[in-house]
Amino acid sequence: MRYQRLLLPVLLLVVWEIAAFAVNNPFIIPSLTTVVPILIHPFSSSYTLGTGSLVWNAAISIQRVGLGFLIATVVAIPLGILMGRFQALNDAFDSLIELLRPIPPLAWVPLALAWFKIGLTSIVFIIFIGAFFPILLNTIDGVKAVKKTWLEVAMTLGAGERQILLKVLLPGAAPTIWTGLRVGFGIAWMCVVAAEWLPGISQGLGYLILYAYNFGQTNLIIAGMVVIGLIGLAIDLVFKSVERKWFSWRDLER
Amino acid sequence: MALILDSISKSFVLDDGSVVEALSSITLGVADSEFVSVLGPSGCGKTTLLRIVAGLEAPTSGTIILDGEKIEGPSPRMAMIFQEYSLYPWMTVINNIEFGLEMRGMKREERREKAFKYLDIVGLGEFADRYPYELSGGMRQRVAVARALAVDPHILLMDEPFGALDAQTRNMLQRELLDIWEKTRKTILFVTHSVDEAVFLSDRIVILTSRPGRVKEIVPIDLPRPRERTGVEFARIRRYVLDQVENMVTAGKV
Repeated sequence: MRYQRLLLPVLLLVVWEIAAFAVNNPFIIPSLTTVVPILIHPFSSSYTLGTGSLVWNAAISIQRVGLGFLIATVVAIPLGILMGRFQALNDAFDSLIELLRPIPPLAWVPLALAWFKIGLTSIVFIIFIGAFFPILLNTIDGVKAVKKTWLEVAMTLGAGERQILLKVLLPGAAPTIWTGLRVGFGIAWMCVVAAEWLPGISQGLGYLILYAYNFGQTNLIIAGMVVIGLIGLAIDLVFKSVERKWFSWRDLER
Repeated sequence: MALILDSISKSFVLDDGSVVEALSSITLGVADSEFVSVLGPSGCGKTTLLRIVAGLEAPTSGTIILDGEKIEGPSPRMAMIFQEYSLYPWMTVINNIEFGLEMRGMKREERREKAFKYLDIVGLGEFADRYPYELSGGMRQRVAVARALAVDPHILLMDEPFGALDAQTRNMLQRELLDIWEKTRKTILFVTHSVDEAVFLSDRIVILTSRPGRVKEIVPIDLPRPRERTGVEFARIRRYVLDQVENMVTAGKV
């Protein structure tokens, strides 16, 4: 099983290297021998055209994504709980949300620049937009899917509105909210790369690969992409393992 | 009288504006430590009646009086056991039983001790740290009974609690319920559509008509317990009750 999973990636590397040899143009397909040294020196700035080490740039990107994601979480979860619990609020917000939701996060870039100028705020805003809707919609769904009986049991046992929220509604909706966080983070991570292409940005993995393009350093582009992919994968694995550990009851419940 | 239902009526307004009368002026007194079953065909409003007693729904007119006090919402002196599985799947069995005590602000050690006592009463002492999805349907309903008993209610309201179980488990739980009832002397109001179950368990059976639900007849059962399902007298009473229910069906009132 493990070997089968690795088969295709290894095959890709082999084909890549053969193609690099055949094409013989490092701008189109750089040899892996020029990519690997960058990846195995993640703390060194001497492979990245003086833009700081891979780890440094990754840390910057993670920090930006974390900030936008955190704000999205703090806004979306309470709003989602209220919308899931109170139909009137749901009706009030629903059409606006349905209208805004299909707009891709990147379509907000010009507006973000107009509002917040060039800088961290604009980037965080784009990430916020990307993460906000999946978290919100999953929270609403999760709260709505909480069984009526669970709430009524709590009521007959004397729980107040606050206790129902904390002891029944939140834990009951938690697995679905968590799915929303996971999806939201995935989208936020995609957004950060593009948001770092905004003018006036000079750090971050997104900036790094665009900068490398300007210098024709395709090997650095590839290295940057690999790091972006690995970080996204690692964070998704963390989300998944928490899901398995805490929220497995959702699938086991008959 | 522990519990008095005084001319309870309930009407629903449908989407098209028409009014459906579900319950019509139901009056009933339940004595302390009495076991009363409400029996009727599906759609007779018996579950609605129980939900009104529990304070989960308001009657259109009429009052519920419990120990001399009018009931206008869930009361700590009543606990309800639902037909569908109502345990919290993210909590262990013991935490489920503690839930009502926790809502009432009881200290951890005290409520744990109490929860274990009731877990033993329903014979599941060794399953304290299991999760509901690890239990069979019958075991889950036992835990639900323990959870209801733990808050020490005067009255247990049971809404077809064994309806989803197979016949054998059902019979076993009926016997266990009678044991518990004899030990704790709780007043029990039990809703069922099974004639057999009602005759086996009850001191009195309240037969409801359907649409609207009215009290058709109240049948006292003075057979000594434990009752023998195959006994002559048991069969006679069952025949009689069944006739009352079937008369309604053949009279086209269902």
